Amino acid sequence: MAGMTLVAGYGRQISIAGYSRPQLVALLIMVILVCVLPWVLYPVFLMKVMCFALFACALNLLLGYVGLLSFGHAAFFGMGSYVAAWVAKSLGASAEEAILLGGLAGAVLGLIIGFLSIRLAGIMFAMITLALAQMIYFFCLQAPFTGGEDGIQQVPRAPLFGIINMQPDMSVYWLVAFIFIVGFVFIHRIVHSPFGQVLKSIRENEPRATSLGYLTDNYKLIAFILSTFLAGIAGGTKAIVFGIATLTDVHYSMSGEVVLMVLLGGMGTIFGPVVGALIITAMENYLAQFGAWVTVTQGLIFIVCVLAFRRGVIGELAAKLKISL
Amino acid sequence: MFSIFGVPAPLLFGQLLLGIINGAFYAMLSLGLAIIFGMLNIINFAHGAFFMMGAFAAWMLLSYAGIGYWPALILSPIIVGIIGVILEKTLISRLYKLDHLYGLLLTFGLALVIEGVFRNAYGSSGLPYRIPPVLAGATNLGFMFLPNYRAWVVGAALFVCLATWAIIEKTSLGATLRAATENAPLVQAFGVNVPRLITLTFGGGIALAALAGVLAAPIYSVNPNMGSNFINTVFAVVVIGGMGSIMGSIVTGFALGIVEGLTKVFYPPGSATVVFVIMVIILLVRPRGLFGKAA
Repeated sequence: MAGMTLVAGYGRQISIAGYSRPQLVALLIMVILVCVLPWVLYPVFLMKVMCFALFACALNLLLGYVGLLSFGHAAFFGMGSYVAAWVAKSLGASAEEAILLGGLAGAVLGLIIGFLSIRLAGIMFAMITLALAQMIYFFCLQAPFTGGEDGIQQVPRAPLFGIINMQPDMSVYWLVAFIFIVGFVFIHRIVHSPFGQVLKSIRENEPRATSLGYLTDNYKLIAFILSTFLAGIAGGTKAIVFGIATLTDVHYSMSGEVVLMVLLGGMGTIFGPVVGALIITAMENYLAQFGAWVTVTQGLIFIVCVLAFRRGVIGELAAKLKISL
Repeated sequence: MFSIFGVPAPLLFGQLLLGIINGAFYAMLSLGLAIIFGMLNIINFAHGAFFMMGAFAAWMLLSYAGIGYWPALILSPIIVGIIGVILEKTLISRLYKLDHLYGLLLTFGLALVIEGVFRNAYGSSGLPYRIPPVLAGATNLGFMFLPNYRAWVVGAALFVCLATWAIIEKTSLGATLRAATENAPLVQAFGVNVPRLITLTFGGGIALAALAGVLAAPIYSVNPNMGSNFINTVFAVVVIGGMGSIMGSIVTGFALGIVEGLTKVFYPPGSATVVFVIMVIILLVRPRGLFGKAA
């Protein structure tokens, strides 16, 4: 990106580096909130929100912009989390190494699963990703390095670059905030690149994109790998922050949860998944004491969103204000 | 005691039987999924939840009303089927004009609600359901002891699957159904009430899942997670068999159950994943599935 360029877009719309003015304002608000909120709310909660927000943004890249519903994204999140936890604990990797290796693990797994699953579209794609993720779940249950039912516990918060102490919650908070913002901007960059335009054309009309000469399967696979890389980064970050990687991270209910975040926030909006992650994580925190009612509430939100609220919170807001967010 | 391929025969046949039983449930569940998909173009993610509800309905009939296994075998599918019909009428029917993915998301939400409610009410530990006295005990076949109830389950499941196949492929009702699957507006133009046909198909598919649940109740403990444990494997079965063939889903269901059982004997760690590995191979060689029609 060659700095900030003013581009006169369609009609009177002005965009700066791909951001429309409302988006720029929203981005600014988000960054300010990220900087201010840790003094108001519990930082550990905010870190959890940011990890899931990045995860949800990664899924939204596929679901919202390519129209592919992956029902197995927990596999990449969980694998990223396991790999980061393992290299940090057993090999003594530093924080940034562990998180990057987590992302890499997600990407490699994404290459394999994506290669297999993009052969079929629509509902079958959802079922295949779900089934393959279930296979990864059983693998994690049995593989020696994951610790089975116990998971990997007491993962050290290794120093960043080997020198910066990551023990205080606030130091690790800034690391998570940095990863989240960079990941968010990266996804926005992808969506607004020429590559992203092709992805959107595939979502709208795949045969037409093919007839224009685009090898749509390759585009879908690259988008899949990018998405799984970011899901792995999110999982790895979560493992380092909370010092634990467990089967919950790879379980299919995690896949369902992240789909819910995207759906509730608004598919195909850049800020939607962040808002969705915030709402769902907050709800789980407050309802945690009521046991299985969390599941019931999640299910009800799914039903309400699908029946009456398909654009999601941000989608509805954007439609009301007649802007894109 | 004799052995086959170095495996004691009773162990081999025991696991084989377990495999066939699992296969019977895979077959009944994937059959229901295939019928519903054919008619509604929806993958019913709540199928496992309805399976679980079938088992719970049988348990409730026994515990609260003193109604035993045999009446429950009829009553439970009817009750759960009616619930399915109501859900189709009130919720699912609103989505037919939308992208199919919304149907999937809605049924996933339904599954969460149903499972959550049952988990709140009955916990996750599981409730026992006794084998009906007539089918208690086991028969000595010479090479193994065959528990009578399990033999009954396999027989009953096979009968139900074949009966469903016969209804769809050989009766005039089935012909109408298949015609509506191919071209709903045309069939409607001939005076058939297609929306009602869709509702009944959904109810029928759900009833099939509930029936499987009643059959499963004495084998597995009745617990809120029994459906979701099964359903992921059933999805893999559906991918392997391919959408759109009734007989295909029956054959694939039983075959994969057997393969799983055999894997448990010869390579136990692989038994949980073998179905998924087969799915990967099928996707590489024949993406539309073994019995799927060409796109």
